[in-house]
Order: sequence, then C-alpha cells, then structure tokens
Amino acid sequence: MEPGTITFNLAVAIPELMLAVGAMVLLMIGAFTGEKSARSMHVIAVALIAAAAAVLVYTAPEGVVFSDAFVSDRFARLMKLLVLGGSTFAIAMSYGFARHASYGRFEYPILVVLATLGMMVMISADDLIALYLGLEMQALALYVAAAINRDSLRASEAGLKYFVLGALSSGMLLYGMSLIYGFTGHTNFAGIAEAMAAERQLGEIFGIVFMLAGIAFKVSAAPFHMWTPDVYEGAPTPVTAFFAAAPKVAAMAMMIRVTYGAFEHAAADWQQIIAFLAIASMLLGAFAAIGQTNIKRLMAYSSIGHMGFALVGLAAGTQTGVSGVIIYLIIYLIMTLGTFACILAMRREDGLVEDISELSGLSRTHPMMALMLTALMFSLAGIPPLAGFWAKYFVFLAAVQAELYVLAVIGVLASVVGAFYYLRIVKIMWFDEPESGFVPMASELRLVLGVSGVFTIFYVVVAGPVSSIATGAARTFF
Amino acid sequence: MADFPILSIVTFLPLVGAAIIFAIYEDSDVARRNVRYVALLTTVVTFIVSLGIWVNFDNTQPGFQMVERWDWIAEGGIAYHMGVDGISMLFVILTTFLMPFCILASWESVTKRIREYMIAFLVLETLMIGVFCALDLVLFYVFFEAGLIPMFLIIGVWGGQHRVYASLKFFLYTLLGSVLMLLAMMAMIWQSGTSDIPLLLAHDFPASMQTWLWIAFFASFAVKMPMWPVHTWLPDAHVEAPTAGSVILAGILLKMGGYGFLRFSLPMFPLASADLQMVVFVLSAIAIVYTSLVALMQEDIKKLIAYSSVAHMGYVTMGIFAANAQGIQGGIFQMLSHGLISGALFLCVGVVYDRMHTRQIDAYGGLVNRMPAYATVFLIFTMANVGLPGTSGFVGELLTLLGVFKVNTWIAVFATLGVILSAAYALWLYRRVIFGALEKETLKAMLDLSPREKLILYPLVVLVIYFGVNPGPVFDVTQASVDALIADYQAGLQAAVQTAAK
Repeated sequence: MEPGTITFNLAVAIPELMLAVGAMVLLMIGAFTGEKSARSMHVIAVALIAAAAAVLVYTAPEGVVFSDAFVSDRFARLMKLLVLGGSTFAIAMSYGFARHASYGRFEYPILVVLATLGMMVMISADDLIALYLGLEMQALALYVAAAINRDSLRASEAGLKYFVLGALSSGMLLYGMSLIYGFTGHTNFAGIAEAMAAERQLGEIFGIVFMLAGIAFKVSAAPFHMWTPDVYEGAPTPVTAFFAAAPKVAAMAMMIRVTYGAFEHAAADWQQIIAFLAIASMLLGAFAAIGQTNIKRLMAYSSIGHMGFALVGLAAGTQTGVSGVIIYLIIYLIMTLGTFACILAMRREDGLVEDISELSGLSRTHPMMALMLTALMFSLAGIPPLAGFWAKYFVFLAAVQAELYVLAVIGVLASVVGAFYYLRIVKIMWFDEPESGFVPMASELRLVLGVSGVFTIFYVVVAGPVSSIATGAARTFF
Repeated sequence: MADFPILSIVTFLPLVGAAIIFAIYEDSDVARRNVRYVALLTTVVTFIVSLGIWVNFDNTQPGFQMVERWDWIAEGGIAYHMGVDGISMLFVILTTFLMPFCILASWESVTKRIREYMIAFLVLETLMIGVFCALDLVLFYVFFEAGLIPMFLIIGVWGGQHRVYASLKFFLYTLLGSVLMLLAMMAMIWQSGTSDIPLLLAHDFPASMQTWLWIAFFASFAVKMPMWPVHTWLPDAHVEAPTAGSVILAGILLKMGGYGFLRFSLPMFPLASADLQMVVFVLSAIAIVYTSLVALMQEDIKKLIAYSSVAHMGYVTMGIFAANAQGIQGGIFQMLSHGLISGALFLCVGVVYDRMHTRQIDAYGGLVNRMPAYATVFLIFTMANVGLPGTSGFVGELLTLLGVFKVNTWIAVFATLGVILSAAYALWLYRRVIFGALEKETLKAMLDLSPREKLILYPLVVLVIYFGVNPGPVFDVTQASVDALIADYQAGLQAAVQTAAK
C-alpha cells in the first residue's frame, strides 16, 4: 500500500482522531493544572467538538476504511453531526455547574468527549468488533459520568446500577455476536448479510435476538429499560441531560445499521422483535410516567416512550421508516436538550429543585421560559404544528404503509395517554398559583432553550428540508 | 385578483396581531388597553378582508376557488394548498365575523393576563380559518388539531371553578378521536398516493377500506360535533370556559365536525356513508331527544345551552347523512345559524354573569323589570333557538327534517319531538330568568345593556332575523357545491352497484 492511500484513508476518520487526541491532551492539561481549570476545560471541550463537527461537515470524505470495519456515509455523517451537536449542548449546559465543588470536576468534559468518540465509532461501525469497541468506549465513559458526584449516595447508586446492568447487556450483545460469527463465519456486516441471504439457521436467529436485546438496553427500550429512571434521577442533572440526548441517537443509529446492514435479509425475523419492543416501550412510557412527581424521572419514562415511537419506524422495514426514524431522532434530540435546559434552570437560592410542582405558576414568574417549555411539552405530546407531531407523523406513516395497523393503533393510543402527563406539566405552569420564582436563567441555558424552542415552534418552516436530508440519509441502506 | 393570496392573508392576519401583542411587553393600564385595541382592530380588519372572499366568490362554480398551492414537504408529498368552495366559504366568514364579538365580550370581564388571553384568541382564529381553507389532508389535520392548544389554555387559565378538569377532558377526548382520524388519513395517503383533497375527492377508495376509514373519521368528527354518546366533554367545557371561549366553542369549533363530515366522510366514502346512514340517524335522533330532556333538568344556564347545542347538532348530522339537497343545505344552514344563535345566547349569559358572577338559574328571576332591552334581545335568541318561523333557526331545522323525512319517516318523526322539547326547555329557562317578580335584593341594582353590550348583541339580532326571512344569499353560495357533492356521492354509489353487478 502506498503512503498516499494511508493518508487518504485516515481522512475519513479525522473527526474521530481529533476527538481522541484532543481528549488525551485535555486530560494532560487537567492532570497538571488541577480542579481550577474545570471551567476552561468546558470551553475547550466545546471548541474541540465544534471543530470536529466542522471538519465532519466540510472536509471529511465518505468511504470505508480499516479493513471495511469503519464506514462513513451520508447516514453516518448526519447521525454523527447530531451526536456532536448533542454533546456540545450538553457540555455547554453543564458550564454553570463547573463551579460546583461536588461534581464540577475537570474530568467531566473529557468523559463527554470520550463518550462522543465512542458514539461516533458506534455509528460508523460496519463490523461487529468495531461496534463493540465503540459501544464499550461510550458505555465506560458514561458509567463514570453517572457517578461523577462521588459524595452523593444517589449518584454512586446510579453509576453502579448503570454499570452492572450495562455489563449484563454487553454480555448479551457479545453472546449474540459470537453466535452470529459462529454461524456465518463473518464479523463484517456485509459478510454477515451475504451469509444470511440464503437460508437462516436457528443459531443466527438466536444471535439476532441476543444482539437486539443488548442494543435495546442501550436505547432503553422496554423491557430493557429498568436502569433508565434510576440513573436519570440519581445522576447529576447536567449528566442526565447528556444521557437523554446523544447516546440515544447513537444507539438508535447503531440499531439501524445492524438491522438494515447486517441483518437486511432477516427482516421478517427482527421486525417482530422491534415491533414488540416498540409496543412495550410506548405503553410503558405512557402509563408509568403518569404517577411520577420528579421531573427527571418523568423525562426518563418519556424518553422510553419516545424510543418506542422511533422504533415504530424501524419496525416498518422500509426507506420511509428509516427516514422517519432519522427525523424522529433529530427532533427528539433538540426537544430533549431544550427540556433539560428548563430542568437545569429550576434552581432556587438553595440549589436545584426537581419536583414537578415547583413549576407552578411559571407562566407568571418566568413567562418566556414557560412559553418555551409549554411548546416543548405540547411538542413531546405530538400536537401539531409543533416539531414532535412531524416526528410521530412520519414513523406512523411508515407503519401504516407497511400495514402494521395494530402497531400504529396502539402507538397513537399510547400517545394520547402520554399527552396526559405532558398536559399536567402545562397545567401546573399555567393554571396553578405561582410559587416563588427561580433564580435567573444562565445565559448558556437560555441559548439552548431558545434554539430548541424556536426550532420546535417553527419546525413547519424547515420541515421540507429536514425531510429531504433524512430521506437522503436513509437512502444509504436501500 | 386571481393571484392575490387572499385566503392566506385572512388566515394569517390574526397571527400578525398576535405578534404585535406579544411585543407589548409592559404591564400597565395603558398597555392593557392597547392590547385590547390591537386585538379588536386585528379581528375587525380580518373580517373586512374576509368579506373580499365573499365578494370575489363565484356562486355558479362548484369547485374550489381562490386556490393557492406551494410545495411544503416534498418528500411526503405534502403541499400548502388552500382554497374555498361553497361549503367552506361561509364558515370562514362566520369565524371572522364572530371573533370581534368575542374580543368585545372579553373587554371588561377578562382582567387577568389579558395579553396572553388575546394572543390565544388570535392564534385560535388563524387555526380555525385554516381548517376551513385547507385543501391538503395533512394541512387540515395540523390546523384542526393545533386549535386544541389555545382552547386548552383558554379554558384552563381563564375558566371557572372546575377549569382544570374541563380543560383536560376537552383536550384528551378530542385528541383521542383525532389520532384515529390521523391514522385513517395516513392509510388514505398510502392507498391513493396523495394528500391533496381535490384529488382525493375524485379518488374511489375500495369498499372494504371505506368502512374503516369512515369509522375513524367519524370517531374524530363525532367527538368534535359532538354527537351522543361522546358529547360529555362539551357541557363541562362550556360551563367552565369564559364567555368568549363558549362562543367560539359553540359557534365555530363544533362546526368543524359537521364540516368534516361534508368534506371527507360523505364525498370520499359514499359507500360507507350509505351503509352506516342508519347509525348516524339513530344516534342523531337519540341526541336530539335525550339531550333535550337533559337540558330540561339543568340548573346552570350555560349547561342548558350546551345541551341544547348537542341537540341542535343532531339535526345537522341527520341532515348531512340524509345526503339529499334539503338535508345537506339544511345542515349547512343550521350550522351557520346555530353559530350565530348559540354564540349570541352565550353572550347573553355573559352579560348577566358579568354582573352577578353566577350562572345558576335560581339566582335570577324578574330581570325584565330592570333590563327591558336585555329581555327583548334574549327573547329573540331564545325564539331563534326554538326554531320559531321568521328566525334563522327555523330554516335549518325545517330543511334538515324535510331531508330526513324523504329518507326515513320514523326518524324524522322522532326528531320532530326535539322541536317541542326545545321549546319546553328554552321557554322555561326564559320564564325563570326573565319573568316573575324581581324578589332577590342583589338583582335590584342590575343595569340594563351597556353601549358595548348593545354593540355586540344588536347586529346578531339583525342577522338572525334577516337570515330567517331571507335565507337566499346563503343558499346561493352553497347551491352549486352541494349539488356537485350530491352528484359525486350518487356517482360513487352507482359505480359500486355496477361493479357488484359485473
């Protein structure tokens, strides 16, 4: 191989390399300067990720490298851009907490950068080994991030729970991968697809089931969701904001690539599994959230429900379905970040509050924040013309086209049940008497909330371009 | 004039007003007054511009007019497509006409958070006009469903004692019906490959599919209408909503259900409409008789009018599914006339509510002694509600009953009972509130209609009587489109018979 080809090959992975090198440099800076650099580390990390995103958009070519294990195509680039965006906003939102002694550590932005790197590898993985590497890199960074507040019992419990259950799911995933490898003789997705094209053996079906179970854990789809409410509640809120956004997108992207790449000929087999996961998640997300009073826990169930809706598009098994999932992820990511910006702004003099009832009368004490949060809640409930409606519209359209009527009917009914708890938050903000206000919102939170709120309200304006981008990305698999 | 996007202008003009009010950030007496005036001005201007639609409307043409079309979401085949025909045009005018009255009715009675209140109403106006103008299935759904948000807030923030319960019930009930319709719309888009309403009107859906689609649409529109037995959200919502909210609810929002039946159920699923005609007839007849009886028992004025609305909507559904010229023309006329009458009745209730802050019938009595002008106006609207000849209420009821009589005599006989019952509850209400001796001390200080209230109520009196005596202008507008609709419906049935015969 000529030297020239190597440079060219590496160009495909330049954003990943930037993050890897940058994370190590940041770690060195942190190790030598200590805790006092925590705030500047946040700024550098944001700049680093933004630079990686810029390189991704403008220079990094598409292609397949590292013995076909790492692929960069339109789908991967769009998903990576989403992940980078999610991580950037997540670090930015934790800026105000960098001062906070108990979890304002310089390691936090580094962990986010490392997790982001893992997610990007997950998205680009075209091989079982690369997939596992990316997944574990992401997961290990997240386990530590969940427990970053060492002095808090809840955070440590959250971290430990996440780790134990995460290890279990990784075990399942590995077992499934070993079965797939054993029966097909390939670790490469294209090879697996080829081997499965003719006839499928029972072992391969078992492999698919175990792999999907492992991945379902990562997207927190029911019945593999048990860790989500506890980890969301226990982890420090800026960390939860990060958990709810980018990792979900990455895991879902990985799921799309595994199902439509490696298992494309086994669609009839995995469709049933995905449909079951979707129904279970939508129903659980809708019903379990009703009784919640802690807003982080509520958002945990809400995210389970939303992953269920996204899986509806995946279950359809068509190009419309995949582009529906992509649109869903774009909108979900932006809505989630905005909602968490509000949750992070629920702060009084004596610290953050997490109970839903603390929002009462918000429309009088903080009219703009209430307006944005109201838009986000109606959007999460899927009411037009807000963004969340369009997310649901395209996945259900795909389900109807694939004649999955039962799935579609259960889904829309679950969305009505789900609407109830979002409305409850709106009710608390608008109909109840005001409590004492929160301390003024930090400017970085205002920025995130503003971007998210405006996007949610005026999505109808950009609906056309977003749909064509998503369709373009989905075409990768068809 | 053809290229002038008048429908978009009328639709989005209220949003401009809302944006201006949004920019008035201050909270002072002057600011509050400005907010009121901006809202009033916006709605009046919108009404005047919307008259341009009527002026330019060609009565002889059955198709859609003043059409605007831009691609919106190319991948989904969704377009921003607007246009009106004889069926929808008058609903647009009704909406823009009622809005200034709503703003005026809230002039003094709404004191808290006036800025948000007016924004909610203006946004709602945009969405309501949009529903009647949309010529794309998805666009229609967006307007149709988005209206829930401002209405939810209007009931919940500015409503009465049990506003939270009422607003949630309103929202979830309507949403549940609508999401099923959304799935049906998706199935239609998938089957026909377009979401364009004019194209869908020309498309023949397979018979097996029609029944399911019809049921799904029925789930949404029957809740919206509302038909017995899914009407229970309406009395709650009406009682708790502020006066202007009730006016909009009864005057416009309920009509969306009837409009939906005319735009979608009847022309797009003619076979299912014919098959399930009896279901609609029976439900409508039950609604007319049962809710009239319920209305007799009410102690709350607003609740009584709410139940009477359900009964009157029964005539509409009945007339529409009779699927003949009298029935459909009568149904449309009944909706328009009921929009005026029920709106006016709620405004009348608002007048005494603003003075006494109670809606209990027992709390009133003998108002005629103190408020002669009010008693006269209220009498005219009560008579119109009963369907007295010479008022617009009579025309609609008579035509729908005629239409149904031609199809099914027994149902018409049952429905006619409702006319008698409506006279019973309406006149009894009138007697208890207006007549009798003025005994209650609190009522003795009541003042008659203020100039503002006269300004609200007198034009409605004129219109109710004018359209009662001369309904011609309305029928001129609707004639061509209704004829086309019936021809289309008959053709759909014929085609199915021929296919079956082969």
